[in-house]
Amino acid sequence: MNNFDYVRPTTISEAIAAATEPGAAYLAAGTNLVDLMKGGVTGPTRLVDITRLPGLDRVEYLPDGSARIGAMVRNADLAHDLDFASAYPAIAEALLSGASAQLRNAATVGGNLLQRTRCSYFYDVASACNKRERGAGCEAREGENRSHAVLGWSEACIATHPSDFCVPLVALDAVVEIEGRGGRRKIAVEELHRLPGDSPERDSVLEPGDLIVALWLPAEARSFAAHQRYLKVRERTSYAFAVASAAAAVRLEGGTIWDARLALGGVAAKPWRARSAERYLAGRNPDAAVLRAAAEEALAEAKPSGDNQYKIELAKRIIIRALTLAAAGTPERLPALPASPFSTIPGALHGA
Amino acid sequence: MSFSINLTINGVRRNIELEDPRVTLLDLLRERLLLTGTKKGCDRGQCGACTVLVDGRRVNSCLALAISHDGADVLTIEGVARGDLLHPVQAALIAHDGFQCGFCTPGQVMSAIGLIQEGQAGDDPERIREGMSGNLCRCGAYAGITEAILEVQKDLAEANQRRSA
Repeated sequence: MNNFDYVRPTTISEAIAAATEPGAAYLAAGTNLVDLMKGGVTGPTRLVDITRLPGLDRVEYLPDGSARIGAMVRNADLAHDLDFASAYPAIAEALLSGASAQLRNAATVGGNLLQRTRCSYFYDVASACNKRERGAGCEAREGENRSHAVLGWSEACIATHPSDFCVPLVALDAVVEIEGRGGRRKIAVEELHRLPGDSPERDSVLEPGDLIVALWLPAEARSFAAHQRYLKVRERTSYAFAVASAAAAVRLEGGTIWDARLALGGVAAKPWRARSAERYLAGRNPDAAVLRAAAEEALAEAKPSGDNQYKIELAKRIIIRALTLAAAGTPERLPALPASPFSTIPGALHGA
Repeated sequence: MSFSINLTINGVRRNIELEDPRVTLLDLLRERLLLTGTKKGCDRGQCGACTVLVDGRRVNSCLALAISHDGADVLTIEGVARGDLLHPVQAALIAHDGFQCGFCTPGQVMSAIGLIQEGQAGDDPERIREGMSGNLCRCGAYAGITEAILEVQKDLAEANQRRSA
């Protein structure tokens, strides 16, 4: 690991000033950053420790029905906040389906949004990677690319965004509050992450010094609480990134979908909102043909970036399953295996 | 440049000089304080062998920069037994053959203590397995580990019932 200067500011404005210098990076829990630094994937010359900044570790519920989640709230604390989990159950499910208990105890809301791709070529410093080094080339394009993007990719980069948490956030129109040199501003989570184009080295629209201070959920997000799920397909039962995932939320009236929200994970460089599928679903009954048509609509633009044609059909099936389970109703208690499409035998002493 | 931090480790407050900000909590425990019960497996947050409790919560000490944890209360495997009296999780792992080579065991013990304190898994083996998925065991002693935690959970539930009766 390269050496670095360590600073621990006590105010947000001090932090922004310290992080605006070239080579500086914010340090929260470090669950992704320290790993990247150990591997030589990134080598900041200064770490600005934001773990002691005041006021960033609270969840607030506002009178207008919106919620404001401080950027330093830990993933586990948010998922186990009973008020939060009952208002936004698919977000809690997504949080608990990600990483391990140890990592969720440390990892923060802001850090989760800004985690880097798990493309193995990005991690392997002996491989060419345009995201790691602008203009270096992309070895994933002709390499082991089963897990890579099927939507929004470019010849320069086929990596996916790894977050589970971000998928229902995008579906439910969450917003990030950012403080930077020019003051505070808010942008939709959907607008935070960038598609690669010819500059995959830039994951997000954040500028040097920009600090995510909070995440907002609009009042309307609560109206989907009774019918929402997050489902992900993994290559092992637990503690794995999504091969493909879907967050589905519906408002039903008399068995008809009044309003739908749908987003996909593991398929693109950003959490992928499927707006045309949402429009298709509105006013229809969630029967098998309608859900299949919605899934087809969501993946209409998809194309394989390598050995991942299967992902397109997989994503459609996970959409159908997520919508089916969302329409059936949010479970009273989160399943033993959050987000798993596989059922379990309650009380079975040993796994199959 | 040198940095001074305070940590309470297994109940003992210590002032530690760090000459380098890169030191992880894991390396500090093992190399500087010679608390080698906490194991270094992958050193990348994937195996759970380095699990310790920080302010009562289980975390991967390999991904925690020591300098960022100034003031923290750390519990390691060396701090869980009372003299010769094993912690109930340790005793249950022995009773249920919850290990073979033992390398992952300190991390399993700390993670199980964290899991029980979190109070989310109860007596459902599937929830216990899910809650322990951050601790790998290459000997494959998972069945015994699950049974051991189940037993500790049952004993705790019975003790609580007696107390409230």
